[in-house]
Amino acid sequence: MKQEIRFILNGEHVSLNVDPSRTLLDVLREDLGLTGTKKGCDEGDCGACTVLIAGKPINSCLTPMGKINGQEVLTIEGLGDPEQLHPLQEAFLKVGAVQCGYCTPGMLLSAKAILDINPQPTEAEIRDSIAGNLCRCTGYTKIVEAIKYAANLLEGRS
Amino acid sequence: MGFSVVGQNLPRLEGKEKVTGQAKYIDDLNFPNMLHGKLLRSPYPHARIVAIDTAAAKALPGVKAIITAEDLPDRRHGPFVQDTPLLARGKVNYVGEPVAAVAAVSLEVAERALSLIKVNYERLSEVLDPLIAMESDAPVVHENLDAYPAVFPVQRHGNICSLITIEDGDIEQGFKTADFVFEDTFTTPMAHQCHLETNGAIAAIDAQGRVTVWASTQSVHLNQIRIAETLDMPMSKVRVIQTRVGGGFGAKVELTVQPYCVALARLSKRPVKIILTREEELVATRPRHSSIVTVKTGVKKDGTLVARQIKLIYDTGAYADDGPGIVGFGSLMANGPYRIPNYKIEGYCVYTNKVATGAYRGFGNPQAAWACESQLDIISRELGIDPLEIRLRNALDPGDKTVGGQNLFSVGIKECLKAIKEGMDWESPKSKNRGRGVACVHHLSGLLASSAYVRINQDGTAHVAVGAADIGQGSDTTMAQIAAEELGLSIEDVAVVSQDTDSTPYNWATTATRLTYMAGNAVRRAAADAKQQLINLAAEVLGLPADKLSARNKVVVSVDEPQKRISYAELGVISHWVKGGQIIGNNSWMFNEQPFSIDVKVTGFPFRVLGAYNYGAHAVEVEVDHETGLVRVVNALTAHDVGKAINPLSVEGQSQGGFTQGVGYALFEDLKVKDGKIISNTLLDYKIPTAVDVPAIKSLIVETNEQTGPFGAKGIGEAPLVPVAPAIANAVYDAIGVRVKDLPLTPERILDALKV
Ligand code: FES
Ligand code: FES
Repeated sequence: MKQEIRFILNGEHVSLNVDPSRTLLDVLREDLGLTGTKKGCDEGDCGACTVLIAGKPINSCLTPMGKINGQEVLTIEGLGDPEQLHPLQEAFLKVGAVQCGYCTPGMLLSAKAILDINPQPTEAEIRDSIAGNLCRCTGYTKIVEAIKYAANLLEGRS
Repeated sequence: MGFSVVGQNLPRLEGKEKVTGQAKYIDDLNFPNMLHGKLLRSPYPHARIVAIDTAAAKALPGVKAIITAEDLPDRRHGPFVQDTPLLARGKVNYVGEPVAAVAAVSLEVAERALSLIKVNYERLSEVLDPLIAMESDAPVVHENLDAYPAVFPVQRHGNICSLITIEDGDIEQGFKTADFVFEDTFTTPMAHQCHLETNGAIAAIDAQGRVTVWASTQSVHLNQIRIAETLDMPMSKVRVIQTRVGGGFGAKVELTVQPYCVALARLSKRPVKIILTREEELVATRPRHSSIVTVKTGVKKDGTLVARQIKLIYDTGAYADDGPGIVGFGSLMANGPYRIPNYKIEGYCVYTNKVATGAYRGFGNPQAAWACESQLDIISRELGIDPLEIRLRNALDPGDKTVGGQNLFSVGIKECLKAIKEGMDWESPKSKNRGRGVACVHHLSGLLASSAYVRINQDGTAHVAVGAADIGQGSDTTMAQIAAEELGLSIEDVAVVSQDTDSTPYNWATTATRLTYMAGNAVRRAAADAKQQLINLAAEVLGLPADKLSARNKVVVSVDEPQKRISYAELGVISHWVKGGQIIGNNSWMFNEQPFSIDVKVTGFPFRVLGAYNYGAHAVEVEVDHETGLVRVVNALTAHDVGKAINPLSVEGQSQGGFTQGVGYALFEDLKVKDGKIISNTLLDYKIPTAVDVPAIKSLIVETNEQTGPFGAKGIGEAPLVPVAPAIANAVYDAIGVRVKDLPLTPERILDALKV
C-alpha cells in the first residue's frame, strides 16, 4: 500500500514511494538520512521533532506522510549550514542557548516561524511560540535572549 | 592573576554541529546488518518466575537472538551494593524490570517476538511504602541481602538497604540549651530526569571477539567496567565510545541498555541497537528517590542554630543502584551551609517493590534541602527574624568546618546571600498575593579520581585527552579553556579528544558536580607537565637555564633576554624528529582532604573522600491565585559561588537550567505510582516546565578562589536545582501565609492548605 508522495523538502522537489501512514519524522530520519530532526517522545509532547510545513511549526512525529503531499517542508538541514549560518543559529551559539542540543533543531524552527510573521516579538510572544518545545537543559532564558538577538540581526540585515 | 582564555564567554566547541542538525546522537547512527533490540518487562511488582517459554518467539521469522537470565553469567551488579541482575533471576521485584531481551531484523518483529514470550509468574505480596517496608513483618524484597557484596561498610537488615549515621557534639545538651525546638516532617515524590534524548546504545563485535559499544552515556569508563563485570569479559575486550548526549542529569551514569546490546550482539554476531521509548524511560529507568524527612532543630532567640536531629528515609525501590551513595550524600548535606555545633543525622535507604531509583541532579541533596530550608523559614517567621537574615547569621565562613569536620577553604555563601538581597531588592514593597522566598545550598564538587594527558603536536598545537564526558553542560569547552590557559595557547590550538575508552584516560563519570574541579585539575596539571617539558627542551636548545624561561603565546622565551626565544612549533618538530620524542604531559588526581575529623561519629558512610564545597542562594518572587491555587514564579534570582568561573556563560546556563528543573520539582513533577506501577508514562502526564512556566532567570556568579581547584575553580552542575523548591514554598508562605510540607505544590494542595 505504498503510495507516491511528492513534496518540496528544503527547497528541492522530492518524490517518494512510501506507506502514507508512516510519520514524516521516520521517513526523514530513516529513508532520507536527515537525522537533524530529533525524536524525544514520538507522541507529540516534546517538540524535538518540529519541522516547518508551509512555514508553520508541526510535530513531524504526528504527521503521516499522506498529509504532506504537495507541501513545502523545512527541516534543520535547510535552515543554514556551518559556513553560512542562519542568524538564529548564529544567535543561539553566541548567547549560549545550546547545551545538549537535542531540543535545538526544533527550537530553531519554532523560532524561525515566529520571526517570519512577527519580526520583533515581545518576550511573552517568544515564550508562547516555543511553549511546545521542551528544553530540559537551558531553562529557556538564553533561548529567549537568542531569539531577541536574532530578531535584531535580521532587522539589521534587511 | 590576569587570564587570557579562562573566564571568557567562549561559545561551545561543538556548537555548529548542534545548530545545524549535524551532531550525531545514538539514534542517528546505524550499521549495516544491524538488528533492533527490545526488552520484555515485568508486569508485576513482586512475583516468582515459574517458567519462561521463548520457543514461539524464537520461531518467528526475523528474530535473531533472545536472552533470559539463563543465558547470562549468574552475577549481580551495582555501584554500592551488588544486588541487581541484568535480567530478572528467579523473581521480579518491580513493574518494568527487564525479564528477557530480543534482537530482530526490525523493531516491529522484535515487538511481536516480545508478545510471543510466555512467562509464567506466581504473584508474591509486595511492599510499596517505605515505612511499611521498615517494619519487621513486611514482605522482603531481597531474601539474600547479606550475600550481596558491598563496596563500603554497609549496615543493613530486612528491607533496609543501608543505614548511615553522622553525629557530632552533644545532641541532648544542644537541645537543652536551645530557647525553642521545632520539629517537622516533609515529603517529596519521585521525580524523573527527563533528559530530552532517551537512553540508547549500539554494540558490535569484531572477529577477535572484542566488543565496541556506542552509547549515550555520562561515562564510557563506568560503562566499560560494568559491561566487563556483568558479562564476564576482560576490560581489554570492551571498548565504549560516547556519542553526543542529549542530556543526562544523572540518568546516564550507570548501565541502561548497554549490556543487553552486547549480549544480543554476541549471540547474533550482528550489531544490535536498543533505544528506549519515552514510556520506558518514565516507567522503568532510575528517577530521584521519594523521601520522608523529619527535622528537629534547636535555636536560640536570636536565631542561632544550636542542635539538629534529622531522620531521612529515601525509597530506593527494588534495587540499591546509587541509593546508599545518595542517602549518604543527602545526610552529609542536610545541615546546609550553616554552623551547627550539635547534630545527629540518620539516613535510611529502603527497598520497596517499585522501580529502582538512582542519581538525579542533586544526589540526595534536594530532598534534604526541601526539609531543612523549609523548616529554617518556619523558624525565622516564628522568631520574627527575616528569613534572609537568619541565614546570614548562621552561614559558614572560610576557615569553618562543615558537617563531618572537613576543612573549608573558599566559602562564598554570605556573598551569595548579599548578592540576592541586593539583586531582588529584598525589602521593597510587594503587590497583593505576591511573596518572596529564599533558600540556600551547599554541595560538593568532587569524589573519586580523574586523569588526563596532553600531547604537543609537531606544529605546537595540543590534544587534550580526559575522560570527562560532555553531556551538554559544556565540559569539552571548559577543559579546552583550562588547557589553553595553562599552555599559553589559544582555544583554536587545543583539540579535546572524544570519549573513547581506547584513548581517553580514566575519569569516574560526569556526576557529582565534578568535571570542572576534578577533571579540570587533572587537565591543568597535565598541561603544566607538558609545558614544563617544552621549557626543558627549550632550555637545552637555547642553552639557558629552565628557570629563566617562560612559556606563553606559543613561544618559550627568556625572561631576561626576550630576543632569545623558540616557538612551540619549532619545539614540536625538534621533539618529534630530533630529541626526546613527542611531549606528553600527564596527571592523575584525587581529592585528599580527610572527610571526617576524629571526634565525629560516623557509621555506614559510602565515600572515602569528598571534594570542595560550592555554595549558592536563590531568591524568588511568586504570585499565588487564591481561586485556582496556581503558583507562578514571577521573579527568579540565583547566586552561586563557583570559585573562579572558567566559562561564565556556561555557569549561567547551568544555573538557569538547574533552576528550571527545580521549578518543575516544586510545582508539578510527580512520578505517580498506582498499585506499584508508574502511571505518569507520557510527557503529558509527567509535565516538565515549558518556556511559559518560568520567568527570565537572572544568574549571578560569586567568584571566590578555591586554592585546591584549577585556576581557583569549583563546580556548578547540581547546586542550582537544590534550593528552588524550598525557596518557592517559602515565597508561597510569604504570599498567603500557608505552609505546604509535601512536594509538589499543586493547586489542590495550595487550596487544601488555604481551607485549613
Ligand atoms: S518526538 Fe514529536 S513531539 Fe516529541
Ligand atoms: S539544550 Fe538540552 S534539551 Fe535543550
